[in-house]
Amino acid sequence: MELRKDYFADVRTDGLNEIGQPRPRLDSPGHVTGKTAYFADRNFPGMLHLKMVRSPHHHARIRSIDTSEAEKHPGVVKVLTARDVPHNVYTILILIQIGPEDETVLADGKVRWKGEAVVAVLAETERAAQEAAAKVKVDYEVLPAVFDMEEALKPGAPLVNEYHGQNYYLYDSGECRKVRFGDVEAGFAQADHILEQSYQSSPIEHAPTETTGCVVAPEGNDRFTCYTNTQAMFFTLDNASIILQMQGSKLHFVGGTVGGGFGGKVDVIVEPIAILAAKLTGRPVCFIYSREEEMQISSPRAAEKVVIKDGVMKDGRIVARKVTGYTDAGAYSRHSPYGAQKGAAHYPGPYTIPNVWIDTYCVYTNRTPSSAMRGFGVTIGDFALEVQMDKLARLIGMDPLELRFINAYRDGDMKAHRQPTEGAALIECMQEASRAANWPVAEKYMAMSSYRKGA
Amino acid sequence: MAKVPVQFTLNGSEKAEFVESGTTLLNALRDKIGDTSPKGGCHQGTCGACSVIIDGELRLSCLTLAETCGGANIKTTAGLAEGGVLHPLQRAFLDGFATQCGFCTPGMIMAAKVLLDRTPNPSREDVVEALSGNVCRCTGYEPIIQAVLSAARANSQNVA
Ligand code: FES
Ligand code: FES
Repeated sequence: MELRKDYFADVRTDGLNEIGQPRPRLDSPGHVTGKTAYFADRNFPGMLHLKMVRSPHHHARIRSIDTSEAEKHPGVVKVLTARDVPHNVYTILILIQIGPEDETVLADGKVRWKGEAVVAVLAETERAAQEAAAKVKVDYEVLPAVFDMEEALKPGAPLVNEYHGQNYYLYDSGECRKVRFGDVEAGFAQADHILEQSYQSSPIEHAPTETTGCVVAPEGNDRFTCYTNTQAMFFTLDNASIILQMQGSKLHFVGGTVGGGFGGKVDVIVEPIAILAAKLTGRPVCFIYSREEEMQISSPRAAEKVVIKDGVMKDGRIVARKVTGYTDAGAYSRHSPYGAQKGAAHYPGPYTIPNVWIDTYCVYTNRTPSSAMRGFGVTIGDFALEVQMDKLARLIGMDPLELRFINAYRDGDMKAHRQPTEGAALIECMQEASRAANWPVAEKYMAMSSYRKGA
Repeated sequence: MAKVPVQFTLNGSEKAEFVESGTTLLNALRDKIGDTSPKGGCHQGTCGACSVIIDGELRLSCLTLAETCGGANIKTTAGLAEGGVLHPLQRAFLDGFATQCGFCTPGMIMAAKVLLDRTPNPSREDVVEALSGNVCRCTGYEPIIQAVLSAARANSQNVA
């Protein structure tokens, strides 16, 4: 690896002793010898297996649940329903005051997506748990469902989640997260060209090689040790503490070794119910998603729709940008209100645009709840923005890299959400990319700097 | 459920266990014998994380019934290092940054070992073909392919 120390040479204060040095990963010796302990490598005598009964419907009222046959199945130790969960309605971001609580650990009266957890079955073997789960009888009254974000926002659409009362997340700013900067209509009036385009994406599954799960062991002192592959240890511990109405000091979480996460293991999904099962049975409990559950049940990246309208001058300056973003949360919030909010701050892109108007909606539909995935809230936006930049360049007959130099943000520029730009290195990255990709740009762009204005 | 006796050699030592009929070799190794180096990524023969070597052949232990392994000679990644010295494949994976989360690694190393045992100087295509049953979601495969090629080079230098 080549380290270019000539960039920022006059403002650089560190010696960069580590960056650019090859360093072995600390966990690799365990990986190559098969000694790394993943959660599922813990095995306890008498461990029970948990299997979920899941909703076969996208949206339905639950008339009744009959677990009597399942309870009689050989090997079954316990069957859990909503009434066994101390604080059944939760939302993970409540820890940072983003409510309302809108999701059930086990469905209570209603299911809002196909695959939603309804009843948990605990048995001596995985097979017995599976067979017993098939014997749970749930009587459903199927309700109309909505799968499209724009349909969901129309008046008269089926209401997905009563805890919200409408099919969008209500921010303190109203039905969407808003950014207003300058006068976008004046910007469009002044522009030489206007380009409005719409971009959309489907949900994406992380598909980690190790599926989501945990193993819980009750300790002698009324504490529970939870071996988990969560990517969010303390987040999960605190939410489990709320759901179980149990002091955090009773919970001991062991983790940090994750067989692939990519954001797919930050929801608090398996741990609370497994800890509850261990508490109610007094036995170790293992709850691991099957591969099918990992693909169908675990949260994907949200589907998004991004509509971008830009006003651009012939010389390449973007003078106005209006963006409407839609994030499909599926049936529950999880991390999506935060993802949509990140999008609002991000949609101007790494560009300084004097007039900006952004609305981002977090929309509820009867789809699998979405959540975090690598750069959620911004990755799809970046795809949309950069395709849009190429289209703008084509529209005005300009080199696409030069268009980006003209609009690149630089230190001291005010961003649309009122954060001054600091430590931007976009110009320098593009200069290096121009050389590396052998995509030459005019000399004046190669002389630009992120922090020396006028240079 | 009826239990059946199974006896086999695992990484050079004799093992004897009673397992429920229908138990997979993967579960027998992990839950009964305590060798957790083969991983269960799918339990349906699609990810390769459970790969082991049975009588010199690469096998998916999640699709192999333990009761069919009587008398077999089974090798797993846990038994690869001899006397605390890493096998060249392990060394190459370590040095070549070919592991990230590590969940696919034991299976990858098994698949690569069967390849190098048969084809000491494989082409890149040979390596890709040999690893084609093993899923890695982290590395993008390239460091793994390079690690196998470099282990092969290290092996042939040792022989020469
Ligand atoms: S666990 Fe055997 S192939 Fe995936
Ligand atoms: S290193 Fe994570 S799956 Fe291969």
